Amino acid sequence: MNKVPNNKAWWLVLPMFLLVAFSAIIPLMTVVNYSLQDIFDQNTAYFVGVEWYQETLRNTRLHDSLLRQFGFSFSVLIIEIPLGIAVALMMPTRGWQASTVLILLALPLLIPWNVVGTIWQVFARGDIGLFGWTLNNLGIDYNYTSNPLDAWLTVLLMDVWHWTSLVALLCYSGLRAIPDAYYQAAKIDRASGWAVFWYIQLPRLRNVLVIGVLLRFMDSFMIYTEPFVLTGGGPGTSTTFLSQTLTQMAIGQFDIGPAAAFSLVYFLIVLLVSWLFFTTITHMEKSDNGNKHDK
Amino acid sequence: MATITLKGLAHSYLAQPGDPHTHPQDYAIQALDHVWKQGGAYALLGPSGCGKSTLLNIISGLLSPSQGEVLFDDRVVNALTPEKRNIAQVFQFPVVYDAMTVEENLAFPLKNIKMPKAQIKIKVREIADLLELTDSLDKKAKNLSADQKQKVSMARGLVREDVSAILFDEPLTVIDPNLKWKLRRKLKQIHEQLNITMLYVTHDQLEAATFADEIALMYQGKIVQFGSPQELFERPNHTFVGYFIGSPGMNFIPIKKSEKGKKNEKDKGRVFYQNISLAISGSQQEALKSCHSANLKLGIRPEFIELSETSEANSFAASVLSVQHLGSYQLVVVDFSGLEMQVRVAEKMQFSGATVYLVFPSQWLKLYIDEYLVGEPVLVNKGDYKNESKGGNHE
Repeated sequence: MNKVPNNKAWWLVLPMFLLVAFSAIIPLMTVVNYSLQDIFDQNTAYFVGVEWYQETLRNTRLHDSLLRQFGFSFSVLIIEIPLGIAVALMMPTRGWQASTVLILLALPLLIPWNVVGTIWQVFARGDIGLFGWTLNNLGIDYNYTSNPLDAWLTVLLMDVWHWTSLVALLCYSGLRAIPDAYYQAAKIDRASGWAVFWYIQLPRLRNVLVIGVLLRFMDSFMIYTEPFVLTGGGPGTSTTFLSQTLTQMAIGQFDIGPAAAFSLVYFLIVLLVSWLFFTTITHMEKSDNGNKHDK
Repeated sequence: MATITLKGLAHSYLAQPGDPHTHPQDYAIQALDHVWKQGGAYALLGPSGCGKSTLLNIISGLLSPSQGEVLFDDRVVNALTPEKRNIAQVFQFPVVYDAMTVEENLAFPLKNIKMPKAQIKIKVREIADLLELTDSLDKKAKNLSADQKQKVSMARGLVREDVSAILFDEPLTVIDPNLKWKLRRKLKQIHEQLNITMLYVTHDQLEAATFADEIALMYQGKIVQFGSPQELFERPNHTFVGYFIGSPGMNFIPIKKSEKGKKNEKDKGRVFYQNISLAISGSQQEALKSCHSANLKLGIRPEFIELSETSEANSFAASVLSVQHLGSYQLVVVDFSGLEMQVRVAEKMQFSGATVYLVFPSQWLKLYIDEYLVGEPVLVNKGDYKNESKGGNHE
């Protein structure tokens, strides 16, 4: 076979290169550029070095919202993952019941973010919302627009309502992939229901759970629309998460420089957490196959 | 430990099967009565799809039969779940709990019955030694090879001593031949040590014969014969047994009571294949007398046909079609008046001619009416066996 060297073929890469440059590289570099300057207007900009970064790292408002963000993502995972598994375990496995439940579960996933926010905004109101009205009439003093804890819990509840289905559907598919022989063997070995879950179902759900945890972490870590529509970040800053703080800074106050520095730090945090997940998972797999070699 | 009795058992996988008598094709198992005695080593032998695994799953409780009863000793266990029946079962494909180590796998059934920890450890060691798994005890079960996994699954079946029975569903399918032989012997040893009823499903007659004292041969959802390997070989109750057991299987000669409708006094005691008349025994003549079926066959095993190059009294001419040398014997395929027959002769026997002479010794010439064996001298101590052979309803 004769290989004909033809460097003109590089031109074929050009459209893709232009596209990526236009949509990713140039904007990112612009952000880097902004983060190093203090910009007053289009013609007045001063180079400030790492000053914005230093400020970002010292900014207590950002610290608070970062903490809130981690607290929120953690709560989301702690509730949605076990709940999703539990729902998947209780789902019917065949017949029309199975399809019905699948459709019902998929419904929340089909609703646009800001609609979810609106639904809950009305649903949780004390005067006309069923949820808020019921709580108030049960004698619980609930008002998500004035009580920070109520607001935070409402946002969390909304996320659970919106996204637990995803975990449940993932787990459901994982459970269906377990061959019947395992359940039969467990019956023969007189395993209790708990033992079946712990030793057979859970280990075989591991792969889908990894995906579930990763998706739910990333989604909840960048949550914006729903709390924005529901509470607008309030009362006070109790439900202002990172993305909203950033948007306020960049567009609300037009602090382009600090916002750029902050968004790069945000980006690094996401990168770091993703890397942590990735290495943990690959490490888990390695230690699992580790004793394969010393046979 | 228990004697397992099956009463009028029938099973269909269809939602609405027809009546078992008029729609036998709806049933994987048909009206089956059988007793597996406590402490026996049994094999359930049959071709794929004959209902062996179904029967096994009914005994263990994984399947609930459409009709009939399963009894452990005198207790009807139909309603009991597999857990309550206290049975061990090893499946065709290895099932290991991959999140656990081998040791944890073996301990699992014991842990579930809440055996004290120290005792579990001893028991697990014992079984691991027996199946040569001691070296892998600390390994994750997930990382074992297929045959190792199957050993683990077998060990899990054997680890509980108090079980009513251990059921094996073709457990050696995935294991390579050398190890197969070894494991089969191991199972046999374990059976001798533990005195537990063991039921071994297989489609391999050699496997059945090495493992079991008695073999139940299944065909189309029925047990067509139950007996020792020797009985199955020498006295096949059903043409299918003759065909399935032995290698190659039995030769069958379709016969008629008389030659082309002619009644002739000198034909008494003889039957006909085309224009060849063959002598049958007194008891066979007796059985034939009351029969109106046209489905008559004589069966003889390739091993029992005597072949020579010289014509004798009672011998029949046949032409040689092919000769295969198979190491310890040669297999001669002959054309016996249009019927292909197989004859096994010693390797050292030499013959050159295209024509040979066959002798069918009368004690090995079996008469089958409607596929069932008839006209055999009654065996005294084999009650159920005798019943089976009369089951051919040749009225």
